[in-house]
Amino acid sequence: MTGIGLTHILFVSISLFFIGVYGFLTRRNMIMMLMSIELILNSVNLNFIAFNKYLWANKMDGLFFTIFIIAIAAAEAAVAIAIIINLYRSHRSIDVEDASDLKF
Amino acid sequence: MINELLLMKSELAVTAVIFILLFIKISDTTSNETVLKIVNALLLLNVAFGFCCMDTTGELFSGMFKTNALMSFEKNMLNIGTLLISLLSYEWLRNHRHLPEFFVLMLSSLLGMFFMISSGNFLIFYLGLELSTIPVAALCNFDMEKKQSSEAAMKMIMSSAFSSGILLFGISMMYGTTGTLSFAELPMLLTGSPLQVFSFILLFTGFAFKLSVVPFHLWTADVYEGSPVAVTSFLSVISKGSIVFIFLTTLYNAFAPMGEVWYNLIFLLSVATMIVGNLFALRQQNMKRFLAFSSIAQVGFILIGISGGGQNGTASSVYFMLVYIFSNLGAFGAVQLISSFSGKETIDSYKGLYQTNPLLSWVLTISLFSLAGIPPTAGFFGKFFLLASGAEKGNYILITIAALNMIVSLYYYLRVVRAIFMEKNEQPVAAIQGSIYEKAGLLICVAGIIAVGLYSHFYEYIYALSAF
Repeated sequence: MTGIGLTHILFVSISLFFIGVYGFLTRRNMIMMLMSIELILNSVNLNFIAFNKYLWANKMDGLFFTIFIIAIAAAEAAVAIAIIINLYRSHRSIDVEDASDLKF
Repeated sequence: MINELLLMKSELAVTAVIFILLFIKISDTTSNETVLKIVNALLLLNVAFGFCCMDTTGELFSGMFKTNALMSFEKNMLNIGTLLISLLSYEWLRNHRHLPEFFVLMLSSLLGMFFMISSGNFLIFYLGLELSTIPVAALCNFDMEKKQSSEAAMKMIMSSAFSSGILLFGISMMYGTTGTLSFAELPMLLTGSPLQVFSFILLFTGFAFKLSVVPFHLWTADVYEGSPVAVTSFLSVISKGSIVFIFLTTLYNAFAPMGEVWYNLIFLLSVATMIVGNLFALRQQNMKRFLAFSSIAQVGFILIGISGGGQNGTASSVYFMLVYIFSNLGAFGAVQLISSFSGKETIDSYKGLYQTNPLLSWVLTISLFSLAGIPPTAGFFGKFFLLASGAEKGNYILITIAALNMIVSLYYYLRVVRAIFMEKNEQPVAAIQGSIYEKAGLLICVAGIIAVGLYSHFYEYIYALSAF
């Protein structure tokens, strides 16, 4: 048991995933919620790279997937931040509790 | 060379339309009326182009992109739906400042759906999914000065980003256990180990979020109510349709060995979806919110059809989506017209609509009848085939619950019809003079609702295509 194995990396990535989920569900600031989503996506990236290195070293699928996830996460964050800015103009706040016109 | 291009013809056509629209945006001298004329002509051409060379079958990019006659047909359905939305939202679009952007975003999303439907690999599936949801989030915010619109867009982008995060985690675990991302290789490598079941459930959750299946439906009603009606109809018809199609492909092909797992999941979720969707629809006052919950309930019925599996499962779900496009767009078209001419969206303000707008009332009524599943309309046959497909597995509890839910749904659909025809109102909605585009759109919807139901050739055609 010397050196870092697949289990260690999976432990980190799964912790990141659940920290992200927890943050998304408890944080009330939209930027923080967006950051929690980035944590989830990064845990997925770690997963893909770890699996690629330790289990499927002869394949490239995981690495490619990671690159695409990074690019799309950036696109998603751009649109989300644009929407948040627009919401700030009308609501004067980026707290999700304040955006509550639509209910039930 | 030509053959390879023909395989991607729908995607290429939509891309061409997007480019033309970008050039129109750059020139920026044409009036909105002219742009709408050009766009509608282009979309009509796009629909017509979709129907030529339909039965091309093949693969590109080493199995990442594949197409066959059924997929071409599904893409044509989505094309027709997009054209109808463009026709029906003429009045709203005519006065909008950012007209070309609306179509660029909508068609980008459509392009994403095409790639998603044709995907043979989780990578291209994920890219298509994101291309189809991110522009829609921007579209939800299209009434930029309205508070509700930006709230709806915020809810849409947050929930869709979260759900695609969960979906991706499922995909990564699936990659870890099988070492492949291709739908074709996956069935041979699935062993049904607990980790695979866990990752499949995460994947399923991602799908359920996008389809607004019940424990994950909370975003739907808010987003539908806050967005402009054109975007709501796009979300509830086109977006939902594309997810149903790819859901069929992944479940029946890639996850075929896990049949028992997903059958049980679908059984539980469809019961919950029908019941919750119906119960919430009962108490709605806003027409858009009402249609949102009714569309949640319809997803429950679609899940029953999907649970059947095999050729019947595919054929009944695709047929129902065809019916659903016409009936839901007919209903949304009428709501859109009333909303953009008078600004009224509550069911109470629809009282006495028949006195002032008899034709529009009939269109709305026929669409609601079709959504409820009353016999002469296509909705009845759609629901009938869905339940027949679900009954093949012999799970009669599911079918009984579905039948009871159909009775409940009759109540709230007919409540709207009663408000239109029977109730008196001091100030009904003023008489509406729609343009030729809106009339054509509504006419196509009504003709579709009646023809698809009465003319059995449609179902036989879809059934024959579903053999793939």
